Amino acid sequence: MTRKQRRLYFVLLGMLALGGATALVLTAMGDTLVYFYTPSQMAGKQISPDRRLRVGGLVEPGSVKKEGTSVTFTITDLTQTLPATYSGVLPDLFREGQGVVAEGRVGKDGLLHASEVLAKHDEKYMPKEVAEQLKKSGRWQEGEQKS
Amino acid sequence: MIPEAGHFALIVALFVALIQASLPLIGAQRGDRGLMELARAGAYAQFLLIATSFGALEWCYITSDFSVANVVENSHVTKPLLYKISGVWGNHEGSMLLWVLILSLYGAAVALFGGNLPPALRARALSVQAMISLGFLLFILFTSNPFARVDPAPLSGNGLNPLLQDPGLAFHPPFLYLGYVGFSMAFSFAIAALIEGRVDAAWARWVRPWTLAAWCALTLGIAMGSWWAYYTLGWGGWWYWDPVENASFMPWLAGTALLHSAIVVEKRNALRGWTILLAILTFSLSLLGTFLVRSGVLTSVHSFASDPARGVFVLCLLAICTGGSLTLFGLRAPVLQGGGLFAPISREGALLINNVLLSTAAGTVLLGTLYPLLADVLDLGKLSVGPPFFNAVFLPLMVPMVLLMALGPFLHWKRGDLAGALGRLKFVFAVAVIAAIAGWLLAGGSSGPLWAAGGILLSAWLIFGSLLEWAERVRLKAGFWRRAINTPRAAHGMTIAHLGLGIVIAGIVGSTAWKTELIRVMHPGEAVDLAGYHLVLDGVDPNVRGPNYEAMRATFTVSQGGKAVTVMHPEKRLYDQPRRPTTDAAIRTNLLGDLYVVIGDPAPDGGYVARLYYNPLAPWIFLGAGVLVLGGLVSLSDRRFRVGAPLRVARGAAAKGALS
Repeated sequence: MTRKQRRLYFVLLGMLALGGATALVLTAMGDTLVYFYTPSQMAGKQISPDRRLRVGGLVEPGSVKKEGTSVTFTITDLTQTLPATYSGVLPDLFREGQGVVAEGRVGKDGLLHASEVLAKHDEKYMPKEVAEQLKKSGRWQEGEQKS
Repeated sequence: MIPEAGHFALIVALFVALIQASLPLIGAQRGDRGLMELARAGAYAQFLLIATSFGALEWCYITSDFSVANVVENSHVTKPLLYKISGVWGNHEGSMLLWVLILSLYGAAVALFGGNLPPALRARALSVQAMISLGFLLFILFTSNPFARVDPAPLSGNGLNPLLQDPGLAFHPPFLYLGYVGFSMAFSFAIAALIEGRVDAAWARWVRPWTLAAWCALTLGIAMGSWWAYYTLGWGGWWYWDPVENASFMPWLAGTALLHSAIVVEKRNALRGWTILLAILTFSLSLLGTFLVRSGVLTSVHSFASDPARGVFVLCLLAICTGGSLTLFGLRAPVLQGGGLFAPISREGALLINNVLLSTAAGTVLLGTLYPLLADVLDLGKLSVGPPFFNAVFLPLMVPMVLLMALGPFLHWKRGDLAGALGRLKFVFAVAVIAAIAGWLLAGGSSGPLWAAGGILLSAWLIFGSLLEWAERVRLKAGFWRRAINTPRAAHGMTIAHLGLGIVIAGIVGSTAWKTELIRVMHPGEAVDLAGYHLVLDGVDPNVRGPNYEAMRATFTVSQGGKAVTVMHPEKRLYDQPRRPTTDAAIRTNLLGDLYVVIGDPAPDGGYVARLYYNPLAPWIFLGAGVLVLGGLVSLSDRRFRVGAPLRVARGAAAKGALS
C-alpha cells in the first residue's frame, strides 16, 4: 500500500465514521430531545400528545392524592398550574411544597401522564429552571430555601 | 494546630510543584543531570507533603474537629467510622485534595519505578505532571480551602448526605480518581514526547502500563458507581446516561482507544501522532469531567460546588491544558509523520477501526452531554438529552465494534488473512446463533423483544471468539501448560478483558430486555408472584433503629415451587443528621438474575406500595466489569513492561552519556 493509498484509506474511514455518527445524531436528536417547560410556558401552548416533555415546578401543597399505586398531584410555578398523574413508587424526596420535575406526555385530558418523577437527591434541591422561573416572576424568596 | 499544619503542607507543596515544573525542563533542555534529577526529588516531596495534608484532614474528620468548617458541613459525631474516613472525599474541598493526592501518588510512582526511563523523558514528564499539580493546588488554596476554620466551633456537624453513606460509594471516588488522574500520566508522557519530538515503540511501552493501570481503576470506579446506583436509588436501573455518568464514561472510551492504539505504536511504529492526540484528549476529557461535576452547571448528587468562581477556575485550567497541549501538538505533529506499512486488513487495521469507533462514540456522548448546556447558552430552550438519544446513537456504533472485536485478534500484523480468519470463526458463529436462539427461547421466546436475541448473539460471538483465539494460541491439545505459560501475559489479559465485555453485554441485554416489573399496594400477609418466585409480605416493622438512622423495615418471605428461598428486608430509612429519607432495596441474587424488592410509602388503607423486579442476568454486568478489570491487571503484570524496556534504556543512556 503506498502512502497515498494509505492516506486515502484513513480519510475515507474517518469520513465514514463522522458521516455515520452525524446521521445517527441527527435522526436521534429529532425525536429524543426532551424539552423542559414550566406550567406557565405550557399554558399558551398546544403540545402534541406524542411529544415527551419535562415539566418542573413545585408540588402544590394539598394537591397530592394517592389511590393504590397511582398518584395525582399538581405542579405549580406559583403563576400557573398543571395537573399530573403518575403510577409507581415516588422518590423519597417527593414532598408537597418541594421542587419536582416530571417527565411524560400530556394527554387529551390535559393531564401530564408522567412516566418518571424526579425529586432530586437533596431536599434543598430546586430544579435550576424552576428557580430561574420563580426569580423571573418575582416569587422567589431566599428564605424558602432553608431546609 | 493540625489543620494549620495540613494547610501549610499544601502551600509548601505548591512551591515544590513550581520548582518541579520549571527547573527539570531546563535541565532536560541543557542535558544537566542535576537539574533533571530534581524532578524525582520534587515528585517524592510533593507526595509526602500532600499526603501529610490529606492525613491532617482525615484526622480532623476522625476526631470530629468541629472548628474546621469542612468537617462541620459534612460530618457528625454519630457517623460510623468508615463514613468519617470516606466523608473526607464526600465533599468538594476534600475530593479535590484527594485528586491532587492521587496526582502526586502517580508522580512519586514514576519517580520510583521509572528507573528504566531515559532521564530527559522522565524529567520532562514529571515537570508536566507538576504543572497540572500546580494548577490544582492553586485551585484548592484559592477557591476551596478544606482547612478553613469556624469560630466559635459548633458542638456538632451537619452530617453527610445519607446517599453517600454506603460502602460501595465510599470507595467509588478514589477509584474513579485513580482512573481520571492516571490518564494524566499518559498526557505528561505525550507532552514530554512532543517536546522531545520523538515517539517510538519504546515510548509506547513506557506509557502503556500507566494507561492500563488508570484504565483498570476507572473501570472499577465506574462499575462501583453503577452498582451503587443499582442498589440504592431503588429504580432497578444501573445506568441512566446522566451527565455525571457520562463525564466518567467519556475518558473511559477515549482511554480504551488509547490502550489499543498504543499497541500499534509499540508493535508497528504506526499511528504515532494519533496516539499522542488520544493521550491529550483522554486527559482533557478527564478534566472536562472534573469541570462538569465540580462546576455545578449540572445538578446532581455529585455537584457539591455552586460557587461560580470554582467553575470558572476549572474551565480556565481545562482551556490552558487542552489548548496548550493541542497547540504544541499542532507545532510538533509534522515531526511524527510516517511510520510502518499499513494494510487495511491486518491487526493494526482492525485496531484502527476500533479506535475510530471508540472515539466516534466518545464524541457522540460528548455532544449529547454538552448539548443541553449549548442549547441553554444559545437560547434554544431548556431541554434534556436522555437515554433514548444515547441508546439510538451509541448502540449502533458498538455493534460493528463488538463484531470486529472477536475477529481482530485472528488477523496477523502487517497482512491479515480475512477469509482464513472468518473460516476459523464459522464455528463460533454457529455456536453464537445457537446460544442466541436458546437464550431467547429460555427467556420466554416471543414474550421478549427480538433485538434481545441479536444482543445475545453479539455477546456469545465475542465470548466464544475470544475463547477460540485463546485456545488456538495455547493449542489445547499438546504442551498446554508450557504454551500457556510462554504466551505473554498481555495476550491472556486481552482474552480475559474481551471475555469480560462479552459477559457485560449479556448482562445488559438480559436485564434490559427480559426485566419483569411489578408495582402493587400490598397489605401484610398478601402474596405476589413474580418470575416464578412467590413473595409474601409478612409484615412491616415501622421502627428499626440503625447506627444513625431509623428505618421502616419490611419482611418478605420468598419461595419457589413451595420451597423456601430466602427472606428479604427492604427498608426506608430516615437519617438523623441530616434528616433525609433514603430507600434501601433488598436484592437476592443467584448469579443468573436478581430479585429486587423496594418498599414504598404506606398507603392510607394500611397497605404499602411495593416495587418488585426480576432482573435476569443483571449480576453479569458487574461480574463482567470485574473480569474486565482482571484482564487489565493480568496484562499489567506482563514481564515485557518490566524487563523488556531496560535494554533499550541502557543503550539510550549510554548514548546520552557519550554525548554529554
